[in-house]
Amino acid sequence: MIRLEQVTKAYGDTNAVNGLTFEVQEGEVCVLIGPSGCGKTTTLRMVNRLIEPTSGHIFVGERDIMSVTPEELRRGLGYAIQSVGLFPHLTVADNIMTVPKLLKWDRKRMADRVEELLTLVGLEPGEYSGKYPRQLSGGEAQRVGVARALAADPPVLLMDEPFGAVDPLNRERLQGEFARIQRSLRKTVIFVTHDVDEAIRLADRIALMRGGQLQQYATPEEILDHPANKFVHDFMGADRALKRLGRVRVSDAMRTDVPSLAGGRTPAALAERAACADTRFVYLTDTDGHLEGWFDCHAVAMGVSAADAVTLVDWWDDAVRPDTSLKEALSRMLGHGFRSIAVTDLTGHLLGDVAFSAVEAAMSDSDERMAAAHDARDGSDRPDPGGVRE
Amino acid sequence: MVIASVAFGVVVSQQGWWVAILTRLFPTAAGSVFPSATMADLVLRHLAIVGIASAFTIAIGIPLGVWVTRASGSDFRDLVAAGADAGQTFPPVAVLALMMPILGFQIRTAVVALALYGLFPVVSNTVAGLDAVPAAVLDSARGMGMGKWRILFTVELPLAARIIMGGVRTSVIVIIGTAAVAAIVGVGGLGSPIIAGVNTQNVGWIFQGAVAAAVLAVLADAALAQVERLVTPGAA
Repeated sequence: MIRLEQVTKAYGDTNAVNGLTFEVQEGEVCVLIGPSGCGKTTTLRMVNRLIEPTSGHIFVGERDIMSVTPEELRRGLGYAIQSVGLFPHLTVADNIMTVPKLLKWDRKRMADRVEELLTLVGLEPGEYSGKYPRQLSGGEAQRVGVARALAADPPVLLMDEPFGAVDPLNRERLQGEFARIQRSLRKTVIFVTHDVDEAIRLADRIALMRGGQLQQYATPEEILDHPANKFVHDFMGADRALKRLGRVRVSDAMRTDVPSLAGGRTPAALAERAACADTRFVYLTDTDGHLEGWFDCHAVAMGVSAADAVTLVDWWDDAVRPDTSLKEALSRMLGHGFRSIAVTDLTGHLLGDVAFSAVEAAMSDSDERMAAAHDARDGSDRPDPGGVRE
Repeated sequence: MVIASVAFGVVVSQQGWWVAILTRLFPTAAGSVFPSATMADLVLRHLAIVGIASAFTIAIGIPLGVWVTRASGSDFRDLVAAGADAGQTFPPVAVLALMMPILGFQIRTAVVALALYGLFPVVSNTVAGLDAVPAAVLDSARGMGMGKWRILFTVELPLAARIIMGGVRTSVIVIIGTAAVAAIVGVGGLGSPIIAGVNTQNVGWIFQGAVAAAVLAVLADAALAQVERLVTPGAA
C-alpha cells in the first residue's frame, strides 16, 4: 500500500534518511520509532511531500507520489501531528471540514460527516461542533485532530506523535480509542513515536530506525523476542515481558462472571449476599449496573459495620476499560495496592475484573499463546510475516 | 460609538456654536473663529486627506508585509523593515519639505508624505502578525493539501488580522495627527486654523483645529476597534 524504495534525504553532507526500503501493507499500522534525529519524522513527511526526497521512490497505492501535485497527494492522506495544529479561528466543525471543503463536498454531506466523526472520536457533536479550539482540553483537541485527519475518509493516515503532547493518563485513553477506531476503519497508518510502549501497543509492524537507517522492521512480538542487533535489544528495553503486556488488552484476560450486588447496601442485604458468596470481595453496583465499589464478606461475617466493610470507588479512575492494555491495568493495580481491578465500559457499567494472577498468567504465557491471542483479537488469521526486510 | 460619531458630526456642522463658544473663551479683535472655511469644511477636508493617505498606506503596507514573509521576498525583509522604520523616524515636516519641490503645493504631496509616514506600523505589524501564526497550524494546513494562496487568505491573514488591525489603527491615528502638519503645503484641513493661529497668535483658531483633530483621532480609533472585532472571530 505504501512502499519506499531506496529513499534518501540528504541535508548537505549528512543523510537524514539513508537508503530506506520498506513496505506497509494495506490496513496495517506501521510505527516508526527511534531516538531523536533517527529520521523517523523526516520519513513520514516525505510520504506526503512536506519534505522532498533527494533520491529513491515512494509509492502510495500503485502511484508514485511524484506523479501528482503535492496538494492533490495530501488531500488523499490524513495528517495528524503532535501539536494538533487546529485552526484557532475556526470552529471544531469548520476545522474538521477543511479537507472536505478543499474537495468541494456539498454542505449536507459535510455536516453529516462532522457529526459522524465527532461521535467516532467520542465527542458529543451537539456540544463540540460549535466550539473554538481554545475552548478544548488537550485531549479533546487531539481527538478533533484525529477526526480532522479522517474527515475525507483517506485510505492512509500519517500521524506524527499524535498523542505526544498529552498527559500519560489521557495518552493511554487516546491510544485505546485509536486502537478501537483502527480496528473498525482498517486504515493504512504510518505512526511516528518515540514511546516504545506506544509502539508496542499500537503497531502491526515496528520500523526501528537509527541514524537514518532501518535497524529492524518486524512485528512487535518479533522485535521483542528476536531483536536484530544490540541496538534494537537495548532500545526496546530489558523489561520485555512487561512490555509484551502492552500487546494484550484487558478484555483478553478479563473474568466476566464476577460476584456483584446490585441496588441497596443495607446491612441485611450485605449480610445475605456475604453468606452465599464464595469469594471474599463482592462488587457493588447501582440498580443499572454501574460500579459503585465493593465490600468485604469476611468483614461482614465478623460483624464489622456495613459502612466499614464497604469500599466506594470512582469507576473512572479506579477501574479500567476493556480496551486498556494489561500493562496499564497492572500498573494501576500496583498503584492502588489492589489484587484485582474492576473493568467497566465507558459509562461505568461493571463488566468484570482482572486479577493479578491473570496478569501473571499472561506474562508467563508462551509466545505462541500471545501471538494467538493477538491474532484472535485482530479477528484475522494473517500469517506472521516477521523478519527484517532490509 | 455610533452615537459619539453622530454627536461629533452635529457639533461640527453647527458653525454658530463654535462662534459662540470660541468668542467667549478667546475674545480677540481678529475674530475667534477661523474665517476662511467653516468647521464642517475643515473636518471633511481633513477626513478626505486622511482617508486617501490611509488607503494608500494599507494598500501598500499589507502586501509589502506579506511579501517579505514569503520565500520570494525574504531577502528584502530587513531592507523593508529598515525603510519603513526610517520613514517613521523622519519628521513629517521634513518629508513634506522634501516632497514639495518634486510634487508641488498639492494634495498629492500631503498624501504621499502621510502615506509613507504611516507605513511603518502597518508593515511591521503585518510581519509580526504573520510570524505569530503557529508553525503547527501552517504545517497541518500544508499537510492537508491547502495551496499557499489558500493558506494565506483563509489561515494566515485571518489569524494575523488582529495584529495587522492594531498596526492600521496606530497608522490612522498617526496620520490624523500628522495631517494637521500637512496644511503647510496648503491642502487645507484642520491644520489650516492651527497654522494660521500660530502665525497670528490667535489661540481660538489653534484650539479649534486641535480639539477637532483630537476628537477625530479618538473616534477613528474606536471605529477601527469595531472593525478589528469584526475581522477576528473566535478570538478571546
